[in-house]
Amino acid sequence: MIEKQKINWIYKKIFTIRFFEERIKKIAKEKTVPGYLHTCIGSEAICVGVMAALNQDDWISSTYRNHGHAIAKGCELNEITSEIYGRKTGICKGRGGSMHISDFSKGMLGSFGIVAAGPAVVLGAALQEKINKSYKTCVSFFGDGAIHNGAFHEAAGLAKLWDIPMIFVCENNGYAEATATDWHLNTKELSDITKAYDMLSYIGDGNNVFEVYDITKKAINEAKQKNTPIFLEFKNYRFSGQYEGDTQLYQPQEEIDKAKQNDPIKLAKENSSKYGLNKNDLEKIINEAKEEVDKAFDFADTQPWPQPEDALEDVYVNYPVEINR
Amino acid sequence: MTIKTVKDAINDALVQSFEEDKNVILMGEDIAGGKGREQYQGTQDAWGGPFGVTQGLYTKFGGERVRDTTIAEAGFFGAAIGAAMTGLRPIVELMYVDFAGVCFDQMMNQAAKVRYMFGGKQKVPMVVRTVVGAGFRAGSEHSQTLYSLYTHIPGLKVVAPYDAYDAKGLLLSSIKDDDPVIFMEHKRLYMTSCEVPDDLKPIPLGKGRIRREGSDVTIIAIQRMNLFAEEAANELEKINISCEIVDPRTYSPLDEELIFQSVKKTGKVIVVDESNPKCSLASEISSLISEKCFSDLKAAVIKITAPHTPVPFSPPMEDFYIPSTKKIIDAVKKLKDV
Ligand SMILES: Cc1ncc(C[n+]2csc(CCOP(=O)(O)OP(=O)(O)O)c2C)c(N)n1
Ligand SMILES: [Mg+2]
Repeated sequence: MIEKQKINWIYKKIFTIRFFEERIKKIAKEKTVPGYLHTCIGSEAICVGVMAALNQDDWISSTYRNHGHAIAKGCELNEITSEIYGRKTGICKGRGGSMHISDFSKGMLGSFGIVAAGPAVVLGAALQEKINKSYKTCVSFFGDGAIHNGAFHEAAGLAKLWDIPMIFVCENNGYAEATATDWHLNTKELSDITKAYDMLSYIGDGNNVFEVYDITKKAINEAKQKNTPIFLEFKNYRFSGQYEGDTQLYQPQEEIDKAKQNDPIKLAKENSSKYGLNKNDLEKIINEAKEEVDKAFDFADTQPWPQPEDALEDVYVNYPVEINR
Repeated sequence: MTIKTVKDAINDALVQSFEEDKNVILMGEDIAGGKGREQYQGTQDAWGGPFGVTQGLYTKFGGERVRDTTIAEAGFFGAAIGAAMTGLRPIVELMYVDFAGVCFDQMMNQAAKVRYMFGGKQKVPMVVRTVVGAGFRAGSEHSQTLYSLYTHIPGLKVVAPYDAYDAKGLLLSSIKDDDPVIFMEHKRLYMTSCEVPDDLKPIPLGKGRIRREGSDVTIIAIQRMNLFAEEAANELEKINISCEIVDPRTYSPLDEELIFQSVKKTGKVIVVDESNPKCSLASEISSLISEKCFSDLKAAVIKITAPHTPVPFSPPMEDFYIPSTKKIIDAVKKLKDV
């Protein structure tokens, strides 16, 4: 049984992420915000299900598609929106933008724009936990495309060799940019690649937040008990394009329609009574989530821009300053 | 004579090279995009890379020669080297130059060294096409230029065209070249256009171009910086200051003679480079000038570069990061009074 509080938390987060990303899609269309925007519509259950199994100070790494991870990990909505708007009060002072939302005080070790950059960084955090006999859980999020990159494989090999109980979370959303997962897979299942490292792996329905939570929770326990890394593959569907503005011509309508039947938000709603939420409870949560998201976007709009020279801070090695100005 | 965008000029050069030489192939991530879904008419070329530059190639030349790769840059860069050594002329696409790190070894230690280290017996005729540049609000990991990273390495040629004419002519010769060439395309220039003759001949690597003749100050501008140099020169003309703009176009080899001639003429030089300043093309060119043209100089060379920081995301900071027309004008005025 999951405690009531957690269930409420799960529902609140899953709706918050969906509303947030829908709002991002809207501002992207209106072109009111600078830069690349990668939304995670279809990934809400993975973001929330995994994070529900973590403590706030457990470590995660994310990618350019990070809004859902950041929200679920507890980053302040106002700081996320302000960052995306490029404002001084943003979570990275406007330096990073949408692709790099990270709050280290909330256990985020960075959102990296380079595919497969995260797993090795998390491996290092997990090594630290091991050496210092501390037991924070360390999770790296990455996509189905990332598993082809050498950096992922080197991290996987070392994690197994060193008995590091980290969790690799592969979000198999069916696409890496315009390439469907199965066009590039050499194995039957994506997670079969872990066989090369004799690494434990589990496959789960990434649209079902409670299944994701359950599998992750068990995996964390097993990893710590056996001192071994575990690879989790959660299957879902990328309703979003690679980035906002992607024509998505390569995603056939029948496929999208089919995937919609398993939309994680739809499933969460359908399951709500099973988890003790009545119609009113659900409505209340939905309204709260929507309101908070709207507030955060309104907030960002009022925030100050950084000064141009703020660009020169935090470099720790400077260059003759008069040349910079 | 047709007006072409840089994007179309590059596509034209690719098509022409594919037609002229059956050994030319192209590899990269989503350079076709959606290729596995041939049953959906017209979507095979859904992408053509993130900027659509290679759109249509898959349909024209097929999947054997136009290959969508996995996100495995070290793998397909290495494959390009071997294919080049044994008879093909591979072009590989590094989606953003910022990803250089994940496959840099292949360029630095294999591609660049083969001809020299193996006693000159083997060549590596490959081209890396990559996208550079700030001004897209794309943040620290999708906005760098990194010109000097490759220029630093003996064995690599480095090309960075400004306009569509140069993009086509230089890409044609880069593909015909027998050595590894890094061909850098600026994301903010793709949609700019100029006249490009349909029968444009390849432009030799190592030949710079005087974009504007002038007599008071020489502005050496790297890639997109030609835009700001031109704007500055137009402004300065109104107050009777005459600027000469030199676009080296290729950085390895570098047309030193062209640069020195202009310096001899004006004695006053500004180098404008969008990169970080340390060990940059700007510092390299300025040091060459100090060494070879010291007695011609009437003032110290002025470098206008980005600051020594990663590229920030937020518009006010990114705009500050990128050298500007105003900075060039101010520098020219300073020199004029010398
Ligand atoms: C090393 C590297 N190569 C290429 C890219 C360009 N790129 C960005 S996202 C992406 C696809 C990644 O797909 P996947 O891992 O499935 O993640 P998803 O976007 O589906 O969440 C690619 C190729 C990159 N960022 N880094
Ligand atoms: Mg994916």
